[in-house]
Formats: sequence, structure tokens, C-alpha cells
Amino acid sequence: MSEYIIDMQDIVKKFFIGEPNELTVLKGLTIQVPEHQFVAVVGESGSGKSTLMNIIGALDRPTSGSYTLDGVDIARASDSELSHIRNQKVGFVFQNFNLIPRTSALKNVELPMLYAGVSPRRRTERAKALLEMVGMGERMKHMPNELSGGQKQRVAIARALANDPAILLADEPTGALDSETGRLVMDLFHRLHDEQGKTIVLITHNDQLAEETERLIRISDGAIVDDVMKVAAS
Amino acid sequence: MNLRENIRLALSSLLANKMRALLTMLGIIIGIGAVIGIVTVGDSLTYAFTSTMADMGVGNIIVGLQQKENELTQITPVTYSMATPTADDLMTTEMLDQLQETYPEQMLAYSVTEAVGSGQARDGRQYANLSISGVNPGYVDANDFELLTGRFINESDLERGRNVIVVTDRVAENCNTTPDELLGKQLRVTLQDGNVQNFTVIGVYEYEASTMTAMMGGVSASDQDTTTGAYIPVTTAKKLTGGEDGFEMATVVVREGVDSAIFASTVHTFLNVFYQNNPDFQCMVISMDSMISLMGDMMGTISLAVAVVAGISLIVGGIGVMNIMLVSITERTREIGTRKALGAPNSAIRIQFIVEAVIICIIGGILGIVTGVVMGAVGASLLGYPAVPSVTAIILAVTFSAIIGIFFGYYPANKAAKLDPIEALRYE
Repeated sequence: MSEYIIDMQDIVKKFFIGEPNELTVLKGLTIQVPEHQFVAVVGESGSGKSTLMNIIGALDRPTSGSYTLDGVDIARASDSELSHIRNQKVGFVFQNFNLIPRTSALKNVELPMLYAGVSPRRRTERAKALLEMVGMGERMKHMPNELSGGQKQRVAIARALANDPAILLADEPTGALDSETGRLVMDLFHRLHDEQGKTIVLITHNDQLAEETERLIRISDGAIVDDVMKVAAS
Repeated sequence: MNLRENIRLALSSLLANKMRALLTMLGIIIGIGAVIGIVTVGDSLTYAFTSTMADMGVGNIIVGLQQKENELTQITPVTYSMATPTADDLMTTEMLDQLQETYPEQMLAYSVTEAVGSGQARDGRQYANLSISGVNPGYVDANDFELLTGRFINESDLERGRNVIVVTDRVAENCNTTPDELLGKQLRVTLQDGNVQNFTVIGVYEYEASTMTAMMGGVSASDQDTTTGAYIPVTTAKKLTGGEDGFEMATVVVREGVDSAIFASTVHTFLNVFYQNNPDFQCMVISMDSMISLMGDMMGTISLAVAVVAGISLIVGGIGVMNIMLVSITERTREIGTRKALGAPNSAIRIQFIVEAVIICIIGGILGIVTGVVMGAVGASLLGYPAVPSVTAIILAVTFSAIIGIFFGYYPANKAAKLDPIEALRYE
């Protein structure tokens, strides 16, 4: 059992394998993230940042290398095992929120628990508590189209926390928000990190946001070019 | 992912596109509606037919004359009444009496009739319209006939050719009297050929508008003008019409417990002995039982044809559902990607969309049933029969639409389930 929540060894990801246009996007990355760490992964578009995020989030498997997430081997998991891992270990926060339309904030937060088979009563209880925590207790019955961007992202964060995942994986969470609401969302991440000790991976191209975290991993052309631990970030 | 949640989701996604959902359902609605409507009308027809048959007596065997097949009839195979039977060809009472004597165990009576036509009974200013038939005593057995008062025509009336008559209570009403008082009275009847005859009333029976008369549109505008049946001895009738002594048709009343279909062939063989040497005619025999089963076979064939047409329209409807599901899945690619990212297994996505397709089909099916029942009721009432909505057809319709939903929903749902979450999340 690894002491790291994320333990990636020599991760390689290739596309169009065996075809003339074969493409190596990730060229042997080794990343280890201990529990409670707030990490930022930065890189230009085309750097392999998104591919890395897909692998961290168990949406995709590496072509070679090993990856264990919270002690579970991802590299050799089947599709249905990956679904289960995503459900239990990963809390996704997307740039464009990706709330399910025509479904209330409460039902959106309940969704991961629904797939986990949590009983309706416990689902609702926990979803309500989470929405209260992110400051959305007043708008639980609202549909996504009745919420502002910042409110949607807070609902999405509550949803990401539903099954108490090992990591929160946020992909440009402030990218679609103005700087003020973006600030509020970042504050929420800091709160979750400081108060609840969440392990958070923030994917961004915004250096300013990345500077706020404990550790900064910079990726360029499928390789790590910088991995800086900042002292006493909190 | 439980079923209730899936149903809620499916309904909310249908409500978001009401018009589209309705248009998609249209194929199913029309298919199911047509089946239920046609089956309802068909059932009503069968019901009306069998109840009419029951009125006429299910156990009865009808015996009639049929032209023998010869070169002429083979060229033009319209066999019936090509030639008019002469006095020598007709069935005689002797033949029928002989039949009765030979098979007393199986045969209760026989009934022969001679139509006299319409007539009018007058009593001062009062009048009653009659439809007069000459009958024999067997008529009572052949038609479940019951008298209110008096007696029916008997053998001695027949032998002597008496001028006696059995009328309905409506005649008594029209003459401002009671059925009992009418008994023994002389009734002056003007026949359609102008001949005036006096008849003694010997019996009165209750008038009821039968299914048959209703079917023939025989209900007149006023009660006064309603034509009701009146019966006189068949021998008297023959004298009035000047008809030949004999019958083209007779009804054989079978005793209870006797298989009329089997006895029919016995009667057939027996009577045809008399026609062995007749160059033109032979006897044909129809049992009511066989007619009812014939009707049943006919309705079965019609039902099969309807089922085939309905099946085709439901398949077309199902393809419509499949098409709209494919559209819906394309529109909701990101949603599917999100669900997968949140940990939905492929099976949950598949079930979600199958449930949606099934819901479309079941709602379509229910709307189709409503349409069909209304159509059937309207159709049956136009034909003048009671509407009998078929419960079997309704249950089958709902089951079948659910099956269509599963069948045509599976492919799109499976396509959704197999989407790559990364591609789906990136979909614009």
C-alpha cells in the first residue's frame, strides 16, 4: 500500500497506436501526491494537461506505467471498475459545471450517491448538508438554469463531495466565472483543504491561481518541467 | 439507480419536449388506437350476431332447398335459386313428419312458415299494423316463444285451416283493450292485396323490439304505426297466398343435449333420400352452431388481418421512437459524459434510456387505448350495437407497447451506454 493518494510511475499515453500518426502525449510522468495536499497542475493547451487529468480522474487508462489511486490499481482496471473508482474516489469539478439539466440542485448532488446505491433518505440528508456547507441551502429546489455561474459551481462542488472522495479533481473551476465569483470558488477550495483536509488537484493555465496552492507541477510537451513545493502555503 | 428515479427523469425529459414527444408517440397512438377501435367494433358485431342467433335458437337446424350441381351451375357457380322449385320439388309436411317420427329422441319439433305479408287490423277508428306469417305449432319451440294469454296455433287449427290469429299486446293497446279482453274477439284484417279476412284472436304475446328488428331499422316513428308480428295457421296462410303445398325452408328444433352439428348431417342424409331422383334440387342443412362458429372463424381472420396491420404500424411507430431516442442521446451527450464521470456504470445509462423509450411507448399506448375505445364506442353506436371494449386487447396493447419500447429503445440506449466519457464530456 502506497503512502501516496496519487502514485503515478512513468506514465506514458499514446494515441493512434500503430498508425502512421501515432502520438505520444504523455512521455513518462512520475507524480506522487500525499494525502491532504493541494496541488496545481499548470500547462499551456496542448501540453498534455487534459490527458493527464483524464488519467488522474480514472476516465482513461495510461498506455504504460503504473497508477494507483488511494491504493487501487487504475492501469489494469476494467471499464466497469473505472466507473466504480470514479464514483467512490474522485470528485470532479468541471469548468462548465456540467450540472444535469431539468434536475434540481438537490437531485444533482444526490446523483453520485444514487449510483453508489445509497438509500434515498440518507442521500437526501447528505445532499442537504453538503449544499448548506457550500452556502446553497436556500436554493436546493432550484433548477440549474435558475442559478448563476458561481451558484452552479458551488452545487457542482457539493456534488463532487457527495461520496467523500479521496481526491477533488478540479478542471479550470473558475474558467467560466468572473474574477469575483471565481475568488469565492477558490476560497471554498481553500476552506475544504484547510478545514476538512481534502486532497485537491487543480488543473489550470492560470499561474496566479496556481500560486495559491501548496505545490505546483508545470507540464510542457508531455513532460514535467517544474515541480515546486511551497513552504507554509497555508 | 432505481426505477422510480429513472421514471421521474424520463418524464421530466419528455415534458421538456412535449410537442416532440407527442409526435413521436403518434405512430404508437394510431397503431394501438386502430387495433382497439376495430377490435371493439368487431366484438360488438360478434356479440350482436350471436345474441341474434341465440334469439333464433342456437340448437336449431335450418333445412332448405338447394339447386343440384349440373353443367349449368358449374359454368356459372351462383348456385342459389337459379331455377324456381315447383310443387314437386318442395319439402312436404309428410317428409318432415316422417323425420320427426324417425328421430323422436333428437328432434323436438319442426317449424315451417309462410309469409303472408303486411296487413292492417281495424277496429272502428283504431288500427294496428301487422306482419302476418303462417306458422305451425313447432314455431313456439323454434323461437322460445311465450304467450301472455290464450294459446298458440295447434294441429287442429292447421288441419281445418281455421281463421285464428295470435297477435301482440300492442294490438290490444292500439284497440284500447287488455290482452285478456282481446281473446276471442274477431279481428278484421285487410291484407296487402286488399283481401279482407276475419280472424279470431286465440293468443296474445308480449311485443319486444328484438335485436333483429332494430338491426333492420324496423322501428317506426310512433308506437301506433309500429308493425308487429301476427301468426296464423300455415294452412290458412297457404290458402290466402295461393302458394303451393310445401316449403322451401324449414327449421328443425333439436332437443336439448343433442349435438346439433352431428344431427344436422343425419337430417341431411334423411331428407336427401326424397330428392335422390329429383333432377334439380337437393336438401341443404345449416346448423346455427356451425353458423356461429363460422362467424367466429370469420372474425378470427379479420382479427388476424387487423393484428398484421397494427403490427406494421407499431413497428413504424417503434422506429420513430428509436429515431427520437437517437436524437435525444446526441443532444444529451454531455449529460451522459457527466453521469459517467460521476460514476454511472454503463448499465445505469442503458436502463435510463430504455426506461425513457418504454415510457414514451406506454404513454403512447395509453393514449392509443383512449383513442381506440372512443373510436370503438362511436363506431359501434353508429352501427347500432352495444360497444364492448376488449379488456384482452387493452392489456395486450399496453404489454406490446412496452415491448416495442424495450426493443426499439435498446439500440439507442446501448449506444449511449457505450459512449466514451472523455469524448462525451468534450462534446459541444
